[in-house]
Amino acid sequence: MDKLLKLMLEGEALSTQQMGEVLGISKEELAKELKSLAEAGVLLGWRPVINPDVDQSVVRAAIELRITPDRDGGFDKLAQRVSKFDEVESCYLMSGAFDLLIFVKAKSLRDVASFVYEKLATINGVTSTATHFFLRTYKQQGFLIEQAASDGEKLNYSP
Amino acid sequence: MEESINPSKFVAKHILDIPRSGIRAFFAIAATMDDAISLGIGEPDFVTPWHIREAAIFALEKGKTSYTDNLGLKRLRNEISKYVEKNYSVSYNPENEIVVGVGVSEILDCTLRAIINPGDMIMYHEPCFVSYSPSISLAGGIPVAIKTRPEDNFSFNIDEMKAAWKPGCKAILINFPTNPTGGVASRKQLEQLAAFVKEKDMLVISDEIYSELTYEGGHTSIASLPGMRDRSVFIHGFSKAFAMTGFRIGYACAPKAIIEGIMKIHQYEVMCAPIISQECAIEALKNGKSDMEKMRDQYMRRRDFIVRRFNEMGLKCHLPSGTFYAFPNVSAFGMNSMEFAKCVLNSAKVAIVPGSAFGPSGEGYARASFSTSLQNLIKAADRMEAALDKLSAGK
Repeated sequence: MDKLLKLMLEGEALSTQQMGEVLGISKEELAKELKSLAEAGVLLGWRPVINPDVDQSVVRAAIELRITPDRDGGFDKLAQRVSKFDEVESCYLMSGAFDLLIFVKAKSLRDVASFVYEKLATINGVTSTATHFFLRTYKQQGFLIEQAASDGEKLNYSP
Repeated sequence: MEESINPSKFVAKHILDIPRSGIRAFFAIAATMDDAISLGIGEPDFVTPWHIREAAIFALEKGKTSYTDNLGLKRLRNEISKYVEKNYSVSYNPENEIVVGVGVSEILDCTLRAIINPGDMIMYHEPCFVSYSPSISLAGGIPVAIKTRPEDNFSFNIDEMKAAWKPGCKAILINFPTNPTGGVASRKQLEQLAAFVKEKDMLVISDEIYSELTYEGGHTSIASLPGMRDRSVFIHGFSKAFAMTGFRIGYACAPKAIIEGIMKIHQYEVMCAPIISQECAIEALKNGKSDMEKMRDQYMRRRDFIVRRFNEMGLKCHLPSGTFYAFPNVSAFGMNSMEFAKCVLNSAKVAIVPGSAFGPSGEGYARASFSTSLQNLIKAADRMEAALDKLSAGK
């Protein structure tokens, strides 16, 4: 894997300047590498990982969708169409009992509901939906939500 | 009035003569300082992977709270046998050629006591881990140190080793990759050593605790070389590779007669290693490989960074091919290693271990552990550089 990419994935939250220092490259070189990663479609963007439970103004849900594959485009055409809604944060084609799994964010329960019955369910090819609301988050993208600051603290002892 | 007594008269003379670990002595000073960044600790900064910790909980829930076989749980010895054969190309019978103990330190101590007759000489390369010389002395042996140098990447020089040999040298204790230098020994060097050991009819005790943390060139165990299995004690443990220091599990693999000797001492000394820790060790060997590789990747990235920064700030430092220690030469600043470490602690608030803690051959160097976050390493390097610049300017 690309050295820079690996550093971003495993190397703590470093500033771009620190990343350059660790990799031993200049600010300009780092910017160039980041740009080429973005251009290659590897690096899609930057997002902080936020504790979802802190933000009381949004509601999240996972929605299972069954869809009828299109003659021309298979599942892709419909999946891409569903993905385009701003409410949809992620969208995956799944194996198993349903076809698409989407993660949805909206301002309220009612907004999610209306998104489902007004937008999703009315799309030609969507045969059924099942909506599951998030109640509480325990781990978000690799980060534990409730972790005491002292967890894993090492005592200052050495042989 | 009570008669005043000096209780130290009750302490054995040879114990009074043994100094405390130099690392601990230095840390007593470092611990008093707030906001100091420690590059001194000789243990992984990672917490033991969760699946291994979870195995401890599971073992407790199952009521695994008893003694085990003196040699260790049979299931653990089976796993060790498989692991050592697969990764070190030498096979040991789990029935009677493997013993599990309380960390490599205990296993090494038992090994030395099992082989040393009073006055036997034990060769070892230095700078080395703090316990080698005292453990040899405590077992009634005479330590014979051979200096290693940065020009050999802190591997040994076979000619110097031959020159240091004298009648009465019974065994040679090696540790590659080496704490504190990060030195490694190539297969070719180990072959030279093997030939020498055979010629002098010696035993090799090989402490390979850092072997998974080898970054370049791969690791060869001397026990796997032709004709060496029966004159080697292979010693390994879980602390470094699996970030399990507090579990205290180490083991020795050797021919049956030697294991029997080690086991007898271990039996009367501690009976067996804690069963919970042994259960966790099984989990580590079965499912710990990917965690270990992830940690190794991170150490390597940190190593490349800190070694480059040391060299940039005028601390000449070779690239360690193993371990999580950098061992820069600090003599350019006109201080001995203890003075230098104190100076860095006071002026940069960074704790490093003076090289002299690792034997007289470590004088002129310091050990900096890169087993800490990149954030910490960056901060430590910046602070040290600023302090050293000031020092040079003031000269």
